[in-house]
Amino acid sequence: MELVLPGIGLTFWMVIVFGLLMILLKKFAWKPILSALKDRESSIEEALKSAELAKEQLSKLKSDNEALYKQAREEREEILKEAKQMKENIIGEAKKSAEEEGKKMILKATEEINKQKASAIAELKGQVASLSVEIAEKLIGNQLSDNEQQKTIIATQINLLKNQQANA
Amino acid sequence: MPENKGVSILTIFKIISFSVIFLMFQQNNAFANHAESAEQHNEHETSSGKFKPGEMILDHVKDAHDWHLWDWKGHAVSIPLPIILFDNGLHIFSSSKFEHGHAVVEKAGNFYALHHGHIYKTNEHGTIEMGEKNAVLNAQPLDFSITKNVFALIIASIIILFIFLSIAKSYKTRGKSAPKGLQSLIEPIIVFIRDEVVKPSVGHHYEKFLPLLLTIFFFIFINNLMGLIPIFPFGANVTGNIAVTLVLSIVVFLVVSFNGNKHYWKHIFMPDVPPALWVLLIPIEILGVVLKPFVLMLRLFANITAGHIIILGFFSLIFIFGEKSPIAGGGTAIFSVAFTLFMSVLELLVAFLQAYVFTLLASLYIGSATEEHHHSEEHH
Repeated sequence: MELVLPGIGLTFWMVIVFGLLMILLKKFAWKPILSALKDRESSIEEALKSAELAKEQLSKLKSDNEALYKQAREEREEILKEAKQMKENIIGEAKKSAEEEGKKMILKATEEINKQKASAIAELKGQVASLSVEIAEKLIGNQLSDNEQQKTIIATQINLLKNQQANA
Repeated sequence: MPENKGVSILTIFKIISFSVIFLMFQQNNAFANHAESAEQHNEHETSSGKFKPGEMILDHVKDAHDWHLWDWKGHAVSIPLPIILFDNGLHIFSSSKFEHGHAVVEKAGNFYALHHGHIYKTNEHGTIEMGEKNAVLNAQPLDFSITKNVFALIIASIIILFIFLSIAKSYKTRGKSAPKGLQSLIEPIIVFIRDEVVKPSVGHHYEKFLPLLLTIFFFIFINNLMGLIPIFPFGANVTGNIAVTLVLSIVVFLVVSFNGNKHYWKHIFMPDVPPALWVLLIPIEILGVVLKPFVLMLRLFANITAGHIIILGFFSLIFIFGEKSPIAGGGTAIFSVAFTLFMSVLELLVAFLQAYVFTLLASLYIGSATEEHHHSEEHH
């Protein structure tokens, strides 16, 4: 029976000792220990989180890089294609313009040739005319010294003209 | 969550294995001392001629005014402790003056005698008057002596303070770096109590009660362990004393009562039943409020005391059989030592388990009183 009856002395000392222990531990032990634990845990958690984030960012960066590389390659190919096309275009255009220029030059040359030809013909015509007039003068001078002959020439000339008129 | 559980099991395992190693280290001493402690009760043997195991065990489990070490040539060798009596003034003297109950001490005209571990006021011859059923009729002074348990309590508290102030210092100096030494031994226990016991039981405002619950846990745990070490200044049955567990459970009761919210009190004094049933239910609820700390008190007391009694009981067997014949005593000793070893290891588990259970139930008790009912209809 005595075992289950709390003694007043021990109860009294227990209150005092436990109370003191509680106060001292709370102030000088639990406060720094628990706050340090909490700080450490939160810093570890933060570090883990930031590591995770860094990893994510790295993988994102990697995939970004890949995409960028791919894009760059595509762009390069496109540029090359464009350049090729442009080259072809330029060559084609140059060809075309050269052809046209040639044609133009030929045309001009032909024109010039024609012009020269015409002027040469005109000059030749003038010379032939003056030559024929000279010849005619000489001929006529000879023929017209005879009256008879004069008359026949005139007659034939008039006939010729008449024929010409009739024909016209 | 499964990871957490794994960690907590590992933590318990660590604690237990550490404790086992610690006990193995102590085992040599333990046997020597248990043998001594049984021998010291030659007193019982010589006074009545026979070894009385019941008396010996009860004397060990109970509180005492001096710290008995062993008997030497028929005289008890013990460490005297201060006697503090409050009887028309304060009387302080050494317990050695009682000469183990053989002498009467005179202070300011009063005579005091020690009888079965209690101090009584007597006449100058130290006469103890017996009434019916061996009840002592003498008056008792108010006894605030530093008894064996008080002394052990103070020693344990100094050890606890030393442990936790030193690890608090290492937390301060080491900052956020990993724990080291004593810090890394204690830290998993602190984290276990915080994360597995207090946090889930008390709820989100657990931080307010954490210092108290941690103090309770380590107080019980360390006192339990110290009770298992049989050499001075350990081996007292502190947590197996009803006064100690009474104070612990009163602390829990007061904390619950002062922190209980209006739902808690409403649940007790205005339960969600028709008012006609209140007459029946309110006394039951009040009984429940008192019963919870009462059970806390009894469980710890009974478990630790039972452990001490069983270990001492196995040792008594050696001397009971030894009285019949030395050979029987020697034969029994083999079994007793084996069983005591087993029981001691079991008691190490119990030391942790009871501290854990007390803390867990106190946490649940606090948690239920401070729980915020957002939908009070859902809970009851």
